[in-house]
Amino acid sequence: MTDTAVPSPGHAPSAATLARRRRRYAADRRLRAYGIIAITFALGLLATLVASLLVSGYPAFTQTFVRVDFPISEDLVDPADPAEGNFRKIMQEGVSTLIPGEHSPRELRAMAGILTNNTQFLLRDAVVADPSVIGGTLTMKVPVSDPFDQLNKGLVDRNTPEDRRRLNDTEIGWFDALADEGRVSRSFNWGLFTHADSRFPEMAGLKGAIVGSFYALLVCFLISFPVGIAAAVYLEEFAPKNRATDIIEVNINNLAAVPSIVFGLLGLAVFIQIFGLPRSAPLVGGMVLSLMTLPTIIIVTRNALKAVPPSIREAGYGVGASQHQVTMHHVLPLAMPGIMTGTIIGLAQALGETAPLLLVGMNAFITSPPGGLLDASTALPTQIFIWADSPERGFVSRTSAAIIVLLGFLIVMNAIAIFLRQRLERTW
Amino acid sequence: MRTGLHAGAAIAALIAVSAPGAFAQSRDQIRIVGSSTVFPYTQAVAEQFAGMTGMKAPVVESTGTGGGMKIFCGGVGPDHPDITGASRAMKESEYEACTAAGVDSITEVLIGYDGLSIAHAIDGPDLDLSKAQLFQALASEVEVDGEIVANPYQNWSDIDPSLPDSPIQVFGPPPTSGTRDAFVELVMHEGCAEFAAIEALDETRQAEVCERMRQDGPFIEAGENDNLIVQRLNADHNALGIFGYSFLYENTDSLKAVAIDGVIPETDTIADGSYAVSRPLFIYIKNAHRGVIPGLDDFVAEYVSEDSFGPGGYLEERGLIPLSDEEREQVRAAVEQGSQMDRFN
Repeated sequence: MTDTAVPSPGHAPSAATLARRRRRYAADRRLRAYGIIAITFALGLLATLVASLLVSGYPAFTQTFVRVDFPISEDLVDPADPAEGNFRKIMQEGVSTLIPGEHSPRELRAMAGILTNNTQFLLRDAVVADPSVIGGTLTMKVPVSDPFDQLNKGLVDRNTPEDRRRLNDTEIGWFDALADEGRVSRSFNWGLFTHADSRFPEMAGLKGAIVGSFYALLVCFLISFPVGIAAAVYLEEFAPKNRATDIIEVNINNLAAVPSIVFGLLGLAVFIQIFGLPRSAPLVGGMVLSLMTLPTIIIVTRNALKAVPPSIREAGYGVGASQHQVTMHHVLPLAMPGIMTGTIIGLAQALGETAPLLLVGMNAFITSPPGGLLDASTALPTQIFIWADSPERGFVSRTSAAIIVLLGFLIVMNAIAIFLRQRLERTW
Repeated sequence: MRTGLHAGAAIAALIAVSAPGAFAQSRDQIRIVGSSTVFPYTQAVAEQFAGMTGMKAPVVESTGTGGGMKIFCGGVGPDHPDITGASRAMKESEYEACTAAGVDSITEVLIGYDGLSIAHAIDGPDLDLSKAQLFQALASEVEVDGEIVANPYQNWSDIDPSLPDSPIQVFGPPPTSGTRDAFVELVMHEGCAEFAAIEALDETRQAEVCERMRQDGPFIEAGENDNLIVQRLNADHNALGIFGYSFLYENTDSLKAVAIDGVIPETDTIADGSYAVSRPLFIYIKNAHRGVIPGLDDFVAEYVSEDSFGPGGYLEERGLIPLSDEEREQVRAAVEQGSQMDRFN
């Protein structure tokens, strides 16, 4: 390349030289253009994904409520034992006051369908929490059931013929009357974060999945972080370079590339069938995820240790420090920012992992969040999996909303990793 | 190496807690596995049960009928589930596996019927297919002029000129699915029975011809996710999809059912049997767990209560077709007594 790059002074460059130079500049420009096209393509795909998620997930972040006055009579609820009241009847009485006029039992049932099916339990909880309402009237904002929620959000086309809609004209008429009365409101759907799973979209939330994912990641961290660092420190600082350590190194790299479902099968066979750990428990999920995260942590820790210059170690040995002192007091603390960054990225990967969790049963339907490591629970990705498979319309937007929440957690974790890398990492 | 020591201690502690038997003493939560078709119904009962009793919510896992049987028949004890759902009756081989593992007392509970529906996008033409036509469209080998040949049909009109001149394209469930088993049994088997040359074959060959779905494109296995099939149908107006009735019921604004032998699947036509592609749904209860796992008795009682699986109950709202009054009485009595299943004895 050097023969044509610089024309010797005093000589005009020949036509051939100019042509060659033009070709080389053109190649430069093409290379740059390819890069830009690649980045635009990747960003375009990402933007499409995020945009489609936002468009379909956005409705799930709000929920329609209707304000209902429930007469709580002492005939139906005994003040001495409020939990045992006939809340189904109270719910029906509350509903019948919504629409004026006489109603047949069939109509009443259909009207009760405006409210979420769990209204009677919401009522019970409210009365148990505040028994002073017995004998009076309890005004409550109740989430409306999914078909009416869809209607209020404009996701039901009122122009479709009646027999093709979930809601008939009478039901839509009732709902519109309630809306005209100002009883219908739409507000942020806190239930998405404070409720556990439910078969009713209007009551379903991610709390169980978020808590389950947290426990699983905690177990994953507690296992893979110390074990990974210990293994990496030994391999990097103490182990002799021989055939055995070479084989170990190759195997660790291989392990990092093993499909995660294999770890799930291993977890099913070993943790559940041999150890007898409970299915669906975050403990088992976390143990399986730690198998997957371990090689990642070993590899990043070794790289971080390698990046600490030998002069630090030699200086330590020079003042008479032992190998233990040099490693624990100097090398490991200096490598820590790199190790933390790698660990967070590894955990973020584990957070989004689905396949191994499906095999250990973390895709169950559970209506209460887990109370500990051994309680059955779901995790965020498996919750997405369950919702994606549910027939009700409301779960379509909730699936996208759950994906947005998961992406949010991933972005936060990766941002922390980048922050640590930029703030704390030293370069020599 | 202090880190190493800590790590060692952590692992030792984990292995200590995970020793077999550490959790085997008790369980205060019902565990249910089984068919993805029964899953939504069991979900509904589980949520109602937890809401009503305030007990710990049952754990319901959708594993497929076959997978559920395997886990259910793993043995007796808190490590094994109490109930499995099935979209077909338990097979003799499964019953034997159960008995071999010590699960010898099982109550079989028929909870209702589910229609298998074949549907397409709502703006497609009305279709009325017979089981024989469906067999001809979807089997790997069919009878043409008395000979059994690889399926030559590519368009519906190749089968019958009265059908539309559009390519055969049907999305259906994979072989692991109970829906697929039911489709093969209810449509393919009955459809192939109308062809003399296939009837004349010996038994194994006949079963092979009747059961094998074609692999050359027109039949597409779409995975267990029925929502995905619904989306594909909306994207392609010529395509048909096979799925449970509850998905059709939830998507009446975008899907239209195909009539089978002239009958459209609806709650009434499935319940009275005039829509011929419906299948029974079961749950199986492990009797050894009753009275041991807290709440199990109440849970099964709730499952077979009138509010739940009766007409107008909340399972019907989810698409289950209820049993007749008489059948429901029988089922309730059987559940109460824990009658043992003895079909294979």
